[in-house]
Amino acid sequence: MKHIQTINKANLKESAQKGGCGKCQASCQSACKTSCTVANQKCER
Amino acid sequence: MIHKYKLGGFNIVLDVNSGGVHIVDELTYDLLDNIQPPFEEECPANVVEKLSRSYSPEDIESCYQEIAELNRDGILFSEDDYEKYAKYSVASPVKAMCLNIAHDCQLRCKYCFASTGDFGKGRKLMSFETGKHAIDFLLEKSLDRENLELDFFGGEPLMNFGVVKQIVEYARSREEEFGKKFRFTITTNGLLLDDEKIDFINREMSNVVLSIDGRKEVNDRMRVLPNGKGCYDIILPKYKKLVEGRGDKEYYVRGTFTKRNLDFTEDVFSLYEAGFDQISIEPVVGDSDEYALTVEELPAVFKEYEKLAERILENEKKGGKFNFFHFMIDLDQGPCAIKRLRGCGCGNDYVAITPDGDIYPCHQFVGIDEYKMGNIDEGTFNNEMKMDFAKAHVYSKPECRECWAKFYCSGGCNANNYQYNGDIRSAYKLSCELEKKRLEVAIMMKAFRIYGEPED
Repeated sequence: MKHIQTINKANLKESAQKGGCGKCQASCQSACKTSCTVANQKCER
Repeated sequence: MIHKYKLGGFNIVLDVNSGGVHIVDELTYDLLDNIQPPFEEECPANVVEKLSRSYSPEDIESCYQEIAELNRDGILFSEDDYEKYAKYSVASPVKAMCLNIAHDCQLRCKYCFASTGDFGKGRKLMSFETGKHAIDFLLEKSLDRENLELDFFGGEPLMNFGVVKQIVEYARSREEEFGKKFRFTITTNGLLLDDEKIDFINREMSNVVLSIDGRKEVNDRMRVLPNGKGCYDIILPKYKKLVEGRGDKEYYVRGTFTKRNLDFTEDVFSLYEAGFDQISIEPVVGDSDEYALTVEELPAVFKEYEKLAERILENEKKGGKFNFFHFMIDLDQGPCAIKRLRGCGCGNDYVAITPDGDIYPCHQFVGIDEYKMGNIDEGTFNNEMKMDFAKAHVYSKPECRECWAKFYCSGGCNANNYQYNGDIRSAYKLSCELEKKRLEVAIMMKAFRIYGEPED
C-alpha cells in the first residue's frame, strides 16, 4: 500500500475464538505488583 | 474505534478491536478525521473537496480505497464484539497466589504501600503449616489448570527463608500426583541475600524481582535502614552476583519513581550501566504530598517516557540492548482477547495470603478488612466476592468501555481503583493516563525498530 503500512500480523478477533485457556501468567506476578499491563504477556498455548 | 497519534515522527493508527497497528502518511491521518464506515465505492465528494486544498484528488481517492480495504480485512474500524466473551472465566480456577510470607521488613522505605512491611497489622512471619494449607488450597482450587504460580512476597520474604524452602519442597512433592507445575517467584529487597539463598533462588524460582530504585542517591533517599542509611551499597553487589548465576531464567531489577525523581531515565540507565538488562522502574503508589504523583506531574512524566524511549533506541543503534518492562508489548504473540477482558485476575484466579492465613484478592488489598475473602487455616473462602471480581471486566467499568487502551491494560488495577475512588470498577485516572502514554511510546518504538528514523 502507498499510504498505509500495517506493522503487526495478529488479529485479536481470531485469538478470541480459541482463547481463554488460562495457561498464561497472571499479569501481576511478573515484575510490576503495582501497575497492571496485560499486553506485555505472552500467550503460552 | 480507532486511536491515532503522532509520536517520534510517526503517524500511528491503532485499530482498537482487532489490535491492528498502522503507520500512515499525512493524508491518511487527515482523511481518517473525515470518514467513518460504512465505506462507499468512492470517497464522498465533500471530503475530497475539503482535503483537496492540501492533497490531490487522485491521492485522496487512492488513500480512501486503502482505508476501505483494511476495513474489509477487519483491521481498521473493526467492530467491538467481545462483550459476549466477558461472561467466560467467571468460574475461573484459582491458579496464582501471592504468599506474604513475612509481614516484616528491615527497610523503612518512605513510599512503602505495605506500611514498611506489616500492612498496618503487626509484624508477623508465616508458619510452614499455613504455607502448606496455601499450597493445598491452590492444588484444590486450580482444578484443570496445570501451571500454578506462587510469588513469595512480603514484607521481606528472605526474613522467613526457612519456610520459603519448606513450602517449595512441599509443593514440588505434590506436583506429580496432581499433574501440576509450580512456577515460583520471589520479590526481595536483597539485604539478606547470600550464596546459599542465591543458589536456591536461581535453582527454584522462575522469576526474581530485585528491588532497587536506580541511582545511588535516588535509591538511598527512599530505601533506608532504620538508622536512616541507604541500602544501595549493600544490595548492588548481591544483585550482580545473583544475576550472573541466573542463566536464561527471568529476573527484574525493579524500582519506583516518585515526584522527587521525574528524571527516572537516569535511573534506568544507571541500572543498565551497572550490568542489568531486565529493568522495571514504575510509578509510586500512594498519596504522600512529598512523593506521590499527581496530574501536575503528568506532563513531565510523559516527556520523560519519551526521553527514555529515545535513549533506549539510541542505545540499540549502538548495539546495546535491555528490556524496560513497561515498554514491552507483544503485537503478535500477546495474550488472547479473552485474557485481555480482565486485568491481573485478582480476587478471581489470583489471591494473596497473609501470615495469619487471611485471604485477600491481591497483595494490594491486604489489610483492608472489607476485602478479606476468608482464611486458609479455617478453610473459609468467599465465593460471592470471587464472583464480583470475576465480573469486574472492561465492559463493567464505564471509563474502560470507551477507552482505546482497554485491551492493553485490561481494566487496570482494581486495588488502585478502590484505594483512590472507593470502587474497583471506577478507573483511577492518573494511572490510566500513565498507561496510555506508555502504550503510545511502546508502539512508536516498534515502528522505529522496523523503519528506523522517519524522514521529514
